[in-house]
Amino acid sequence: MSIKLGVPSKGRLMEKTFDWFSTYGIGLTRTGSEREYSGQVDGVDDVELVLLSAGEIPRELAAGHIHLGVTGTDLIQEKLVQWDQKVAPLAELGFGHADLIVAVPACWVDVDTLDDLDAAAAAFRARHGFRMRIATKYHRLVRAYLHDGGVADYQLVDSQGATEGTVKNLTAEAVADITSTGETLRANHLKVLAEEPVLRSQATLFRSRVAAQSEAERATLRAVEDRLGL
Amino acid sequence: MTLAAIKTKAATLKAGFAEAGALPVDCPVLLPAETLLDLYGEDIRTRAFLTHDPVRGEVILRPDFTLPVVQRHMAEGAEPARYTYAGEIFRRQEEHPERPSEYHQVGYEVFDRADPAGADAEVFARFADVLAPYGLRAVVGDIGILIAAVSGLNTSAARKAAMMRHIWRPRRFRALLERYSGRAPVPPTRAALLKSADPLAEAGPVIGLRDHDEIATRLAALRADAAEPPLAAGQVDLIEALVRVSETCGYALERLRDIAVDMPAIAGAVDRLAARCDALSARGVDVGNLPFDANFGRTSMEYYDGFVFGFSAPGHPDWPLVASGGRYDALTRQLGQGREIPAVGGVIRPGLLVDLEEAET
Repeated sequence: MSIKLGVPSKGRLMEKTFDWFSTYGIGLTRTGSEREYSGQVDGVDDVELVLLSAGEIPRELAAGHIHLGVTGTDLIQEKLVQWDQKVAPLAELGFGHADLIVAVPACWVDVDTLDDLDAAAAAFRARHGFRMRIATKYHRLVRAYLHDGGVADYQLVDSQGATEGTVKNLTAEAVADITSTGETLRANHLKVLAEEPVLRSQATLFRSRVAAQSEAERATLRAVEDRLGL
Repeated sequence: MTLAAIKTKAATLKAGFAEAGALPVDCPVLLPAETLLDLYGEDIRTRAFLTHDPVRGEVILRPDFTLPVVQRHMAEGAEPARYTYAGEIFRRQEEHPERPSEYHQVGYEVFDRADPAGADAEVFARFADVLAPYGLRAVVGDIGILIAAVSGLNTSAARKAAMMRHIWRPRRFRALLERYSGRAPVPPTRAALLKSADPLAEAGPVIGLRDHDEIATRLAALRADAAEPPLAAGQVDLIEALVRVSETCGYALERLRDIAVDMPAIAGAVDRLAARCDALSARGVDVGNLPFDANFGRTSMEYYDGFVFGFSAPGHPDWPLVASGGRYDALTRQLGQGREIPAVGGVIRPGLLVDLEEAET
């Protein structure tokens, strides 16, 4: 029986993942037309390539539909409750670096720490009659981070894209989003808090702790891990 | 087997409370989320199930009965009043997936202005009585003492308000204490900001709803705070000694009286604790062996602002509390829009009692 390897189906993340595997002599290629999500694996037996959206890979790993998967740490930790019981990180792939950070308007010269954010949120609520809004799509991670940081009197508002624009559009007072260079933030007159980020993320190879394994599948997994020097 | 057993147990407990004079009440399962969101903010989303109704807006699956019972009492209740209820509540369990997210609670709540110490003792004694066969370990506390200590600190009103806001977040509370006493260094960003003559001058465009005026107001507050002398080391030590008090009630009372000599602001709260201990004794509670923990109840939801209590199962360290409760005067003040009614109550989890009974046999 073959094991399944889930890889992001598009763009740079897919290409860099293919490159990373090829340095270990495992050839991943996409077959068929551009629109068809099927692939081929060379250099190691009994491994099936499954091309998926990076956002679906955490769920597929946790459901045991795939044995191995490449995705961002951010997506794993946001989407899976008690992620470390469902998947095990095997290797950081060294690309797809991004930090999940909290950013506020650069003009908030009085806000640099979580402590400041909390105090500003309290004053904001007293003044405006509602809690300071923080736009994000990473609800669980940001909520846990702000809870640990002792920030109260805020609310998360959902933003699935163009999050940096929400402050200017008056739909949020602050944002929590993924950034790699910070350029988009600066262009939108936002600054990152002077704190540890919510999460440092990069593309990572995960093994499902849930996927059922026969003796043969275990042997295949071991062969792949040996090849990857793990 | 168990659901029927749990329902029977719940009905028996509720009937017992009703017999003791409580009015049985029912509450809807689906509640408007607004009030709870207003009280707890984002944290409620990690603990309760919120969903969206196209007509009613955000709604929440009943995470406890206290709030609807208080609202009902404020709207139509006569005083004094005693209520009892039983039913399912719903809690998200992200931290403890092994715990059920739907379980039963039976509650008893007392709204009575006349004799707070007596009402505290009445609720605790009723619970102790009902729970006596289960070999549980009781603990009591009193958040009112810490509140009194903070309000009596020799520091600015702004600092006291900040600490008061975080009484229920012990870690943040501690961080504030360290900052105000000068034990924790001023963060470099704050130091730089305070040095700058006009930090807003080169801040770039003001975007968002929080305007120039609000930023300037906080800058002024930060400057005033920087000019504030540090909280005296003695006062910090007293607060720390106070939250460390963990003894049986008699010794705890002695210890707190000692602290009150140097911190007279807590004297009234300590007197109230003494009156409660007397009232408990009068109801037959063995106060001499009842543990008191000054920190108890600080990490639960921010209902309780006075007497707090809990009952845990000694053989099951991984279990949540089998029963818990306390006084929540401030909640009624917040919900009453100017009106308030001293209130104390608690809940029992019949499901855990059934588990204990089954483990016995």
